[in-house]
Amino acid sequence: MNTDFINICLADDDEDDRLFFTDAFEELKMKTNVMTFNDGVELMDYLNDGDSILPNVLFLDLNMPKKNGVECLLEIKQNEKLNDIAIAIYSTSSSEEHIEETFVNGANIYIKKPSDFEDLKKILSEVVTINWQYHTSGLNKDNFLMRL
Amino acid sequence: MKVYLKFDYVQLTKKIVQDRLSELGYKFNIVGFGEFNFLEKVPTSKMDELTSVFKEYGIDIVENQKSVLVQKIKDAIIEMVHSEKPLQVKSSVYIADKLNLSYAYLSNVFSEVTYTSIENFIIIQKIELAKQLMINTPMNLTEISIQLNYSSVAHLSTQFKHTTGMTPSAFQKIIQKRRALSTKNSI
Repeated sequence: MNTDFINICLADDDEDDRLFFTDAFEELKMKTNVMTFNDGVELMDYLNDGDSILPNVLFLDLNMPKKNGVECLLEIKQNEKLNDIAIAIYSTSSSEEHIEETFVNGANIYIKKPSDFEDLKKILSEVVTINWQYHTSGLNKDNFLMRL
Repeated sequence: MKVYLKFDYVQLTKKIVQDRLSELGYKFNIVGFGEFNFLEKVPTSKMDELTSVFKEYGIDIVENQKSVLVQKIKDAIIEMVHSEKPLQVKSSVYIADKLNLSYAYLSNVFSEVTYTSIENFIIIQKIELAKQLMINTPMNLTEISIQLNYSSVAHLSTQFKHTTGMTPSAFQKIIQKRRALSTKNSI
């Protein structure tokens, strides 16, 4: 079996969405460490603390109080230390303009939040699996774009 | 007084590993550089101890033979995808021949370690190469589909959309905008 844990973070102000998310990972057969944050400020404090374990994939909700998803995305992309984290936008919006803008600003994945739990599990498993291949097979992360 | 040292890394590594293993009471023989064979079964708890002992010297134990095998499978796939000559045999036959092991076995080990299947990994690699060719060469999608052995350009487009969730042209557009943005920011 794979002995490496996949580190995952989620920043989302909606408590139900956070629960939904962590439950989905518990049911997947992957070794994951999932951490959640209630808003962008909490997330950035964690990422900027030198002792933190950085996630392999970070899921960002777009609408959050204090600091929203796009602000976090821009900050992360400007920080070389955080450049290696794959960023998945996790949002209810499906506006084409929004989606393209987040990709252009450096997001790797765009997920439209599903309402069904089984769909969520399928999507998360797909995202984490493909990200894992980028992480372990030396693929070029600049070309990693995925929309679900 | 200043002295200069000259090292023989091979000898050095071998000696360290030999000495520490004997000291800890293991029975082993040396198979080749970087490859040791334990004559008795080593429990997992002991492997952790060994890992930390060798860590001090900057020596990592690739304990998992399966990981080594998976790496060999990946190398074979990457070579296969990047080769410009069309494959004469099915990819499963090619990989099994290359590693001299049954495809069923390879396929099981691969899925267990990587969370994905060999078939899927081949698709990921092909789509990645298609992306590179798309943005870094003047080749058009039809030419790319031929080089990557797709039966048609439609087949490549469909697989691209299925793997990435976007069309090849949407992908290209985003990369171009990103590049324009980073040039603008660096001026």
